[in-house]
Amino acid sequence: MVPDSFRRIFMKKLLIYLKDYKKESVIAPLFKMLEALFDLLVPLVVASIINHGIKYGDKPYIYKMCGVLILLAAVGLTCAICAQYFAAKAAVGFAAKLRHALFSHIQSLSFTELDTQGTSALMNRMTSDVNQLQNGVNMTLRLLLRSPFIVFGAMILAFTVNAQAAVTFVVVIPVLFIIVFSIIYATLPLYRRVQERLDQVLRRTRENLTGVRVIRAFHREDEEIDSFHRENEVLKKEQLYVGKISALMNPLTYVVINLGVIALLSQGGHHVSVGTMEQGDVVAMLDYMSQILVELVKMANTIVLLTRALASGKRVSDVLDVQSSMEFEADPVVQPELTDGEEIIGFSHVDLTYAGAGDKSLEDLNFSIKRGQTVGIIGGTGSGKTSLVHLIPRFYDASSGEVRIAGKDVKSYTKEQLRGMVGTVMQKAVLFQGTIRENLLWGNPDATDEQLWKALTIAQAKEVVEGKADGLDEQIEQGGRNLSGGQRQRLAIARTLVSQPEILILDDSASALDYATDAKLRMALAALDPKPTVLIVSQRAASILYADLIIVMDGGKIVDIGTHHELLERCTVYQEIYDSQFDNRKTQARGEA
Amino acid sequence: MEQNKAFKQETVKKVLRYVRGYWYYLAASILLALLVVVLTLCVPRLTGNAVDCIVGKGQVDFAALTHILRLITAVIVGNSIAQWAMARCNNRLTYNVTQDIRNDAAERLQHLSLAYLDGHSVGDITSRMISDVDQFADGLLLGFTQLFTGVITIFGTLLFMLREDAGIALVVIVVTPLSLFTASFIAKKTYHMFQQQAQIRGEQTAYMDEMVQNQKVVQSYGHEEAAQERFDEINDRLEECSRKAVFFSSLTNPTTRFVNNIVYAAVAVFGALSAVNGNLTVGQLSCFLNYASQYTKPFNEISGVVAELQNAIACAARVFELIETPPEVAEDADAKVLTDVRGNVDLEHVYFSYTQEQRLIEDFNLHVQPGQRIAIVGPTGCGKTTLINLLMRFYDVKDGSIRVDGTDIRHVTRESLRESYGMVLQETWLHSGTIRDNLCMGKPDATDEEIIAAAKASHCHSFIKRLPHGYDTLMGEEGGGLSQGQKQLLCIARVMLCLPPMLILDEATSSIDTRTELKIQNAFATMMKGRTSFIVAHRLSTIQSADVILVMKDGHIIEQGNHAQLLAADGFYAKLYNSQFAH
Repeated sequence: MVPDSFRRIFMKKLLIYLKDYKKESVIAPLFKMLEALFDLLVPLVVASIINHGIKYGDKPYIYKMCGVLILLAAVGLTCAICAQYFAAKAAVGFAAKLRHALFSHIQSLSFTELDTQGTSALMNRMTSDVNQLQNGVNMTLRLLLRSPFIVFGAMILAFTVNAQAAVTFVVVIPVLFIIVFSIIYATLPLYRRVQERLDQVLRRTRENLTGVRVIRAFHREDEEIDSFHRENEVLKKEQLYVGKISALMNPLTYVVINLGVIALLSQGGHHVSVGTMEQGDVVAMLDYMSQILVELVKMANTIVLLTRALASGKRVSDVLDVQSSMEFEADPVVQPELTDGEEIIGFSHVDLTYAGAGDKSLEDLNFSIKRGQTVGIIGGTGSGKTSLVHLIPRFYDASSGEVRIAGKDVKSYTKEQLRGMVGTVMQKAVLFQGTIRENLLWGNPDATDEQLWKALTIAQAKEVVEGKADGLDEQIEQGGRNLSGGQRQRLAIARTLVSQPEILILDDSASALDYATDAKLRMALAALDPKPTVLIVSQRAASILYADLIIVMDGGKIVDIGTHHELLERCTVYQEIYDSQFDNRKTQARGEA
Repeated sequence: MEQNKAFKQETVKKVLRYVRGYWYYLAASILLALLVVVLTLCVPRLTGNAVDCIVGKGQVDFAALTHILRLITAVIVGNSIAQWAMARCNNRLTYNVTQDIRNDAAERLQHLSLAYLDGHSVGDITSRMISDVDQFADGLLLGFTQLFTGVITIFGTLLFMLREDAGIALVVIVVTPLSLFTASFIAKKTYHMFQQQAQIRGEQTAYMDEMVQNQKVVQSYGHEEAAQERFDEINDRLEECSRKAVFFSSLTNPTTRFVNNIVYAAVAVFGALSAVNGNLTVGQLSCFLNYASQYTKPFNEISGVVAELQNAIACAARVFELIETPPEVAEDADAKVLTDVRGNVDLEHVYFSYTQEQRLIEDFNLHVQPGQRIAIVGPTGCGKTTLINLLMRFYDVKDGSIRVDGTDIRHVTRESLRESYGMVLQETWLHSGTIRDNLCMGKPDATDEEIIAAAKASHCHSFIKRLPHGYDTLMGEEGGGLSQGQKQLLCIARVMLCLPPMLILDEATSSIDTRTELKIQNAFATMMKGRTSFIVAHRLSTIQSADVILVMKDGHIIEQGNHAQLLAADGFYAKLYNSQFAH
């Protein structure tokens, strides 16, 4: 049922997380089989009660055998408890190890892979899929061996009772297996189709909700209801179809088992009649037949559960298979000391094509930034501003060309060195659940309160923190929900400043600040000593007017580089941007904005 | 508690109302279940009789045996057909009922007030319609098949056993409930373990969500190791707690099985003793042993089924809550159909707020002449959608009136009112389907020439032509595959095609590049010619040329007038203007 290659990958990728639980994984099924063994002995005891106790009216024997039955039940219970314990330990431990491995693997992925995986998919892998696997391992350890053991054990014991009559088992068991497996095999893809149809209905519902205003504006309510009805009808048809097939399982197995019972009775009649079998033996055989039925039903359920776990396992191992496309040097290089005016960032013929994208996002970028300079990067959405700055801390690698920091290719630094040198404040200001202090310490775990306050002051976030009852110990809710957008941005800037980077990148990270605060922030940054090299990405001309150098981007290319005045004279793209934001410049002196 | 019970009964009644349409499936299912149980219980009896025909060497009554075996064959064939038919009936009943419930919910959805829809998250409503109904279906199916047959089996077995031998039957009756007690005892004990597990799991999910979603930030600060440490700490706690929860809950099966085995042993010994005394045959004993295990099975299942049914009823209640939410105020029977709208809009003494306590729009007056432009200005979140909500009658005013061409909009049909407006919102919504379907939303009978003309006028034609199937290209969910700017242009083309006499436009183009923005501006300008337009304005040129500027802040309309008037007033508008546009 499962392709070989798939199973191999699956075993290799996932079963290693069970390796610390080898003992448990062996003991659990063993105890389960012991329990099954005691279950299997019961019909034999009953047979001997009939064959001996009742036949000869031997009451003490009956009491004794009843004691044996209770003993078997008690030993069975003990074994089962042991089995459940070890199975639980192994399954839960396996899941914990797997979650650990997944989380650490996700953290090792580079931005390129993170872009393609998607948060919700990764979250599903780590939660519901791992839970399914935990369930799968647990059930496998408990039932997968027990059920075949009982089925074949019952058959073997039937042979010890009477070999000729037991032939019935040899016929009945394979027929039952064929019925059970072919129904499972036939219905699995059908259930998947039902699920797809259900997703379709879900999509339609979502769409109706998100677009409710448009639907009503165009008065499309009745059409939407009609198409919902159609999709719902198709869903029901699929459900009924799969229901029709899976409804065969119980009646068919029931018929086959009972045909087996009839065969046993008629053979038993002959054997007892000639004296090769006793009455109690017939009863024992019938007992075995019904034990087989019970176990087969359990096994069918386990198999369904297992296929689900296997599908989860496939998805999980797919994530584990994703390899980071970026490797970092292991040994730190000597970082050259630079003085102001020397090149700190250099781009030569840099192209960037994102994985899976057809076109180049950046094309032939060439520029040089000197230590201590403040550089503005401006351009429309999708012009490549963010892509450009992401190459500096090596969030992505250039597809061709070279990106240098302090004269060395960025690829020659270790990850820690590089991310220590370059501090990036991202477009979306993200804060984490915890106190303000905990958040700021991300920049530098050893920073003193004094250093934190200094960073807050520069980031214009001092009054934000002072306004909080608990100051630095104020709790931030998940996603920073209890702060405004502007407050989050300023705290995010402060967090980066705490790390005192040599290169500071502000990626449109002051967009929620009003102009006055934005200006104060830029002033405070300019007054820093030692002064970092600052790159400001912005859509607002006002934010970058005073930069030493402005890089104008359009369609992934650098259109021009220069100062505000130079660009206003000669660069049409820059003029367009500027005009759209300063409509009234004609009434005011150019550049005096 | 009482109230809860009444509520549950209420819900069950509603379910039954849906079932009523399929009463024949239900009736058939009940009859078949009875048949199945009786036939199932006959088999052990018959096999018992058969065993009694096989007493010992030379003591086999072949004639009787053959007769019994024929009987058994007939019974099992009949039984399996009945089982299959019952399952089909249950399937049909369940899936038809759930289909009806979903259809009703979908219909109601289209007629619910915006107030309700805005107040409930999309996730909440979809989960009511999809997963709740699904769980309800599962519960219904399980409930019908298992609870019903389970109960009949218990009583049937009791009857059969009492007829055979009252003494042994009593033993079974007394001992069996023990397994129920142990099962519920374990369930109670493990409940708090599961709660604790759920709580730690929630903590871990929240942490993972934060770290995975913001993994780029984590990596940019080199925070991976610290994050891993914290994750492992939670992970260890979860492991510890899950191990206990999984282990203890998995004790249910072995313990109930243990109790069953004890019952079995008791039946064996009492049966054997009666057999020795000659009150019971061996066949009857084997029949009893069989009944003993059949009798205990439903007990083990019932606790699970009851929980399942409880859950199903809770789920059903949630869907019904949606279905029973009153729809938006019905239209007047004699509601007027707006025709040949000129574009006169009058708002007189309008009062509106979303909640009782809140005060938003108070005594608002506005008189718009045909063809005038009204610009709505204010910082993000100032409540510009409130005004759109009132104009389109997504919400009704609390007091005062809104009139179009002199008629109160509460006295015209919603359809004709909404058709009089063309609306382009900032959040572009396209439904899954082809580009053509989307463009034709307002005018289903548009010709190809009309469609192409509208697309050209809104600068869509060129990029649509470049799509793999042109106008027949299928779009993914919510317009996936197109850029934000392209989607915006499609929304404009959609309005362009039917060109209603009044427009509501949201100019917000923050996520669109300069060039596309220019195109959109031109498209807007073409459309607005001679039409009454309400524009959520961001561009200075739009604002300055507007006939009336409404300045909104925190949901209130705080100033109203044209550009010169407002500057002269030196209020909020003047401040806004100076901070954003005059540098």
